[in-house]
Amino acid sequence: MNEPEQSIILLYLILVGVLLTAAGLIWLERRLLGLWQDRYGPNRAGRFGSLQVAADMIKIFTKEDWIPPFADKPVFVIAPAIIVITTLLSFAVIPFAPEIEIVNLNIGLLFFLAMSSLSVYSVALAGWASNNKYSLLGGLRAAAQMLGYEVFMGLSLAGVIMLAGSFNLREIVEAQRNVWFFIPQFPGFVIFVIAGLAETRRIPFDLPEAENELIAGFHTEYSGMKFGMFFVGEYMGVTLISALIATLFFGGWMGPLLPPLCWMIIKTFIFICGFILVRASLPRLRYDQLLSFGWKLMLPLALLNVVVTGAIILAAS
Amino acid sequence: MDQNTDILQELRLKFGELTFTPQVTLDNVPTIWAPQEKVCDVLRFLKNEIPSPYRMLYDMTAIDERLRIHKAGHPNSDFTIVYHLLSFERNADIRIKTPLTGENPSLGSIVDIWQSANWYEREIWDLFGIRFEGHPHLRRILMPPTWEGHPLRKEHPARATELGPFELPEDKAEFLENALQFHPEEWGMKLGAEDTDFMFLNLGPQHPGTHGLLRIILALDGEEIADSALDIGYHHRGAEKMGERQSWHTFIPYTDRIDYLGGVMNNFAYVQAVEALAGINAPEKAQMIRIMMAEFFRIASHLVWYGTFAQDLGAMSPVFYMFNDRERVFDIVSAITGGRMHPAWFRIGGVSQDLPKGWDTLVKEFIDYFPARLAEYDKLVMQNRIFKARTQGVGAYSLDEAIDWGVTGPGLRACGLDWDFRKKRPYSGYDQIEFDVPTAQKGDSYDRAVVRVEELRQSLRIIEQCVKNMPAGPYKSDHPLTTPPRKERTMKDIETLITHFLSVSWGPVIPPGEACFRIEATKGANSYYLISDGNTMAYRVRIRTPSFAHLQMIPSITKGLTIADLIAILGSVDYVLADVDR
Repeated sequence: MNEPEQSIILLYLILVGVLLTAAGLIWLERRLLGLWQDRYGPNRAGRFGSLQVAADMIKIFTKEDWIPPFADKPVFVIAPAIIVITTLLSFAVIPFAPEIEIVNLNIGLLFFLAMSSLSVYSVALAGWASNNKYSLLGGLRAAAQMLGYEVFMGLSLAGVIMLAGSFNLREIVEAQRNVWFFIPQFPGFVIFVIAGLAETRRIPFDLPEAENELIAGFHTEYSGMKFGMFFVGEYMGVTLISALIATLFFGGWMGPLLPPLCWMIIKTFIFICGFILVRASLPRLRYDQLLSFGWKLMLPLALLNVVVTGAIILAAS
Repeated sequence: MDQNTDILQELRLKFGELTFTPQVTLDNVPTIWAPQEKVCDVLRFLKNEIPSPYRMLYDMTAIDERLRIHKAGHPNSDFTIVYHLLSFERNADIRIKTPLTGENPSLGSIVDIWQSANWYEREIWDLFGIRFEGHPHLRRILMPPTWEGHPLRKEHPARATELGPFELPEDKAEFLENALQFHPEEWGMKLGAEDTDFMFLNLGPQHPGTHGLLRIILALDGEEIADSALDIGYHHRGAEKMGERQSWHTFIPYTDRIDYLGGVMNNFAYVQAVEALAGINAPEKAQMIRIMMAEFFRIASHLVWYGTFAQDLGAMSPVFYMFNDRERVFDIVSAITGGRMHPAWFRIGGVSQDLPKGWDTLVKEFIDYFPARLAEYDKLVMQNRIFKARTQGVGAYSLDEAIDWGVTGPGLRACGLDWDFRKKRPYSGYDQIEFDVPTAQKGDSYDRAVVRVEELRQSLRIIEQCVKNMPAGPYKSDHPLTTPPRKERTMKDIETLITHFLSVSWGPVIPPGEACFRIEATKGANSYYLISDGNTMAYRVRIRTPSFAHLQMIPSITKGLTIADLIAILGSVDYVLADVDR
């Protein structure tokens, strides 16, 4: 097989893999939450409820896809697509194994950060276009939240970039051959995980949705597959951030005995479960608390991390 | 009666000999009639000037006296307004009544004396059609704005069958819908500040954060609440009117559903009020059983609050743990009573049945099981730093504000006052039980939670003592008015059979009189003020619920906070809409 054909096949495989994972996470999350919350979770459709995803999909595809007459129609339709597109695009730069990667970009990490910034438009525009006061508040919160975490998210990765000397994700993985970066870059790791939680808009940072306050926040007016796109988009986001944590801090595909792809999948799933555990255990912040937490605590910490890392690298060289 | 004459002397000293007419009631609350022209001054004097003042407007209601037979010695009155005040310093109540004559009477508002009178006066206007001059916003509160007539007046029908068939043609539906339109000016709300227009957000009546049918209209500046108004009544079922149509006995199941998380706690206040009227003393065992079951329901209710409060703040797991534990409480409740949430198990003169065999094993198992869970919840919820950040300093009110708004229960104890009716006015044998009254100091959402969590432990302590000291003996009094009467001799002689038959078919005839009974319910002070006119049904049932007073103060403590804070405050106040609207 020649080069372009191979990469097109790879592209489809990764695309299908990511979509299946995201859909499967709906089941995984509900089962795990059930386990941790002393209840069953879905257990009727198929063995252990494994066909729940199929049932959900049938439901969501056959539901009336309603657009409220008062909504801003074009924007209302585009908004859910943005989150899916930007998240899927980010997967292009993730090296799942030495040979399995869609595109080996020199600025892979910057590409991810750019895409993650764009994905906020999805939520903000959905909130705006719905022309519903609750959605609007959700959209506003999303925009404010983005200002809160985006800055320290980028900065938290600066240490990794300095240690690896590259924005290229493959090179970052290769640079962890001796020691995984979560050891030298522990503060950066913690900050990135927190930023990742905010990026995926999950508890404790699910302010744009905040069902107890804003009913369903930015997607109150959405139904059918448009809602499904937000729903799956959230799980793709979780998968993406988990894969990135594995890549940037835990040596990506590297590990003994098992093939590289297995290691990558195992590591990603561990972090996905971690995300679900966080959701099961924590309450939600208020958004002014999130902002002051981001700007007053996380940003200085991320900066300090950059300074200390830089100093150590200088001293070592 | 000493207290009665004391306070009467004080009042006569100030306002003159002839102003007041005392009335004897069966609950030992000094009841004094004051004429309409002077009543506002009397109330102001009682609140502000008298030594050891009556600082809380505990309850305010009205009575339609027009069909009442037994009112000898009362001043001439068609409608009576009843003010029930509470003094913490004296540990005493006083009931001031003022007579009104005519079909559509009016009198002066006391909103300038107690802010909390606002909703009470609206309620009286709504249900009795009595106008209050000087009230800032006298409009219907429990009934829809389009309702015709005033339901608690005696001429208003009580049953749907007396009203004619219900129809809802399209134009009527539209008219009703339009009547719910919110006009901020009517509520005295501004449309904007100097440089902004407010966004008016209609939160509820269906909303996941309001714990029931509550409509809150928010004037928002960004996400900051500039002003708010509460619209209640969506859960109104006319419980007080039903009380006038149900026999003394058959009203018990209705009470279960007032604070629907409180179960038999509601029975507790009601049957004790009826017993005060009938002069029944429940036997010791019945009293102890009542305490035990009431405390189980306190635990069940607090667990719901605990879980949903955490849920309101975004923590999704605690609610499952706490509902599971509540299920354990209900297992015990259903083993003993056969029912779960609304067992309607207390009876006039005792309880429905004796405790079943093996009840103590069940209860002991729970006593062994529960403390470890509470310790775990402390770590999961109370010590969580996000939880603290979201609740500490949010929705705080001072002790004075609390008293002025009529706050009782944990909300009052969170301000530092250890006022608990179980301690201050021990009923049903609470004086023989050791327990502490937990308090906190700051009066914010977190402190209210602290008090309730500690109450869970204290309730468990009370239950433990009930198991240890459960007396032997009958579970029902052998007083002739006990309903249903004891059956041992029913089949043996005709006299008791006839009594039994009458008591079961018509229900007991309770001698005329008035009595109010206050208990420390799950959410605060709950009381039933019953008036008997010597019939098989009550002449007037007044249900004073804690949630009504608590909800009224919410706009005053949410000003300047955000929607997220509002939801936290709603959770921390712990109300039940059925308890608000009755």
